[in-house]
Amino acid sequence: MADALPNSIELVVVTPDRLVVEAAVSAVTIPGASGYLGVLPGHAPLLTELDIGRVTYTRANGEHAIAVARGFAEVLPGRVVILADTAERAEEIDAERAERARQRAEEELRKMTQAGESMDQAREALRRAISRLETAHHKTS
Amino acid sequence: MATLIDMRRRIRSVKGTQQITRAMKMVAAARLRRSQERIFNARPYARQLMNLLQSLAARTEWRGHPLLATRPVEKILVVLVTADRGLCGAFNTNLIRAAETYRAEHAGQEISFVLVGRKGYEHYRQRSVKIAGKHVNIFFRLEFSAAETIAREIIESYSGCTVDAVDVIYNEFKSVLSQRVRVERYLPIPPLEPTAEETLVDYIYEQPPHRLLQTLLPHYVEIEVYRALLESQAAELAAKMTAMDTATNNAADMIETLTLTMNRIRQAAITREIIEVVSGAAAL
Repeated sequence: MADALPNSIELVVVTPDRLVVEAAVSAVTIPGASGYLGVLPGHAPLLTELDIGRVTYTRANGEHAIAVARGFAEVLPGRVVILADTAERAEEIDAERAERARQRAEEELRKMTQAGESMDQAREALRRAISRLETAHHKTS
Repeated sequence: MATLIDMRRRIRSVKGTQQITRAMKMVAAARLRRSQERIFNARPYARQLMNLLQSLAARTEWRGHPLLATRPVEKILVVLVTADRGLCGAFNTNLIRAAETYRAEHAGQEISFVLVGRKGYEHYRQRSVKIAGKHVNIFFRLEFSAAETIAREIIESYSGCTVDAVDVIYNEFKSVLSQRVRVERYLPIPPLEPTAEETLVDYIYEQPPHRLLQTLLPHYVEIEVYRALLESQAAELAAKMTAMDTATNNAADMIETLTLTMNRIRQAAITREIIEVVSGAAAL
């Protein structure tokens, strides 16, 4: 091998409203549309759509989690760029609000199942809420 | 001739107006700061998205996408971004003038408007122009979803071949003291220059590239619309701040002149009374 693999990779998480994270990390997992994928320094360049889920990354001071929903992720040599529609760090998530959103979404789903309507939107809302809750929980575990 | 009481009343009224304009200036200044922050915060995302598209452009043959296809321009959709409210100097007037110039320049083509902001809508609803859509009262609480809605509308018109091009006319925020009207083509998306950076051979696409483009390009349009809305909002607030500052200063000048006149009238009255007393005493 010509080069030794680097031991850190730059992670950038942005949403249309703000820059969420910009840090050097040693590992990242990304909720890709075709499944979760782990990225270590030296990963081959890659482009994927994002699903609703949790981005986790490891820094010198421990593991962190971000709840993301929809968007794109690009892995470049030495850099991971996550363009998410929404992204919240675990410590920013209001667990109570997410819990209420989950109950609301479940309620909607139940109603729709009875009425036989399309439930894509409610299902999406439910998944977002669950993902947020799991991410918020992640920080304490 | 105005009496003393009249003058006092006028001064009081001008002072009241001055207080209002001063308050409006303060409010505009505070909101402008927040608005500028939002432009600043939206930049990293726009830059990263642009990088992504450019690196994609370098590697894939993507000319075939409907949002990139150019066709002879016969029908144009113009998105005119005005403000919802007035009292912001020549902000709206400049936009409408630019729109009129645009219409004159494109007299050969059929133009329809999507009017963003109440002022533009109020101006055009009585006139003989084709209005394809309106979005009013979105600036007080500007959300990304507003940009999404507008973007979806123009993408639909374009990919459905109802129009052959989409231009956006909006005010760009240059600085607090100057705004500039810009006319930009949003659709078809102008060709992106591939970056000269290394072309990576072993690039992995989790999804097929054409499917990624299918979602990326509309998203790019959304971001561009969002940027135009943010710029316009900041420009409006800056214009309002300047206009209200001028109004406050004018009110101060007016109060000064009125006070001077009032003092003259009062002095004249006193002098007249003294003369009356003196001449009355002399007559005794």
